[in-house]
Amino acid sequence: MQNNAILINAFRFILLVFLQVLLLNHINFLGYINPYVYILFILLFPLNGNKGLLIFLSFLLGFSIDVFGDSGGVHAAASVFIAYIRPWILKFSFGISYEHNNIKLYKTSLAQQFTYIVMMVFLHHIILFTLEIFNLSHILLIVKSTLFSGIFSIILLMSILILFSRKN
Amino acid sequence: MQQIIFFFIRNKNFLLFGLLFLISVYLTVQTHSYHNGKYVSSANFLSGNVFSAKSNVTGYFGLEDENKRLTQENIRLRKQLENLKSIANPSTLDSTILPSGYVFRNARIINNTYSKSKNYLTLKKGKKDSIKIDMGVISSQGIIGIVNATSENFSTVQSILNTESQINARLKESNHFGTLTWDTKNPNRVQLIDIPRLAPVTVGDTIITGGKSTIFPEGILIGTIEEFNLDGDANYYDLQIKLFNDMTSLKHVYVIENTNKEEILQLENEVEHAE
Repeated sequence: MQNNAILINAFRFILLVFLQVLLLNHINFLGYINPYVYILFILLFPLNGNKGLLIFLSFLLGFSIDVFGDSGGVHAAASVFIAYIRPWILKFSFGISYEHNNIKLYKTSLAQQFTYIVMMVFLHHIILFTLEIFNLSHILLIVKSTLFSGIFSIILLMSILILFSRKN
Repeated sequence: MQQIIFFFIRNKNFLLFGLLFLISVYLTVQTHSYHNGKYVSSANFLSGNVFSAKSNVTGYFGLEDENKRLTQENIRLRKQLENLKSIANPSTLDSTILPSGYVFRNARIINNTYSKSKNYLTLKKGKKDSIKIDMGVISSQGIIGIVNATSENFSTVQSILNTESQINARLKESNHFGTLTWDTKNPNRVQLIDIPRLAPVTVGDTIITGGKSTIFPEGILIGTIEEFNLDGDANYYDLQIKLFNDMTSLKHVYVIENTNKEEILQLENEVEHAE
């Protein structure tokens, strides 16, 4: 990674943590629906960057959210999981050769971006809510929270990507 | 040996993932047991200061409502005071302070959650202000939770909106005891279970704390009965309680210390060991 990329990612990390814990954790749309936009860091991490580093940084990211939210390690677990599984999802969304072609996320088609985000968000949320609720008798609550929070997160993440894409 | 090293190098991402995932799950399980003590809570230096900086800004938005609530509490306390004056001799009341056994401390809430299944609040007072684990927390309108972690300047409170919370409560009218729980559905409604069938239950009755634990004094307001059903075996009532507190907009709270707690616990321990 170049110096520039390191700076951008460090800045993004801090900004997303603060955005999440100070604003997005308190939206409580319809009583309990919150978007989890901080995973944008994992989504935007250089696609051919070091995988071990990404896993470690994702742990730190999730852990910071947990410290602020008193949620033990649920965000850390969910973040580490999607960071580990990301290469396979990238392959699925952008084709087998994404690594060699040096693909940039904002240069791919909207449909490909959408597949990528939807898969990452739902995997993240299902682990997050399963661990947070930690009770199989509340499975309906887990599915409901995953679905609604997931849709909210996807809408926000797609908007952010479209707004900040540098196509021109 | 070389093969082992190669194995580690080849699978280093998986091993790293596995290790960090296990740590996270361990930290999660840790929070599910109340008495194990927590390693990670928002009562630490970093998040405590961030939250209190935020609350310094957002604290101004609800001041009018907060004032109204405090005035209402003052009116209620004044009424009680007048009642007491008419009972007791005023000259003795003025010069002596009755040893009540409870010390109240005020604190400001700097972070509050109510949309998860396990909710916590963060207070801007900690060990330095004599806040200790297992102290009760109430607002001017009723019960809020129990302190479950403290740091030098901050402390976290396990809210009654937490599936782990079990607080002793009773009907104001009839002294029948039950346990207060939460089903995660609505932040303004909790459940009172294990009220015996012979208790006279009517919608609108007031629920107060039972005073059977060393955490809350007896008679702290909780809420009113909104709905009641007999449970599966039809021996106990399940009551739906509407809280007096609006758990979604809390600013200032009182932390209660029971000065007789150690003595009570010690005595109970001795009795248990003697058996």
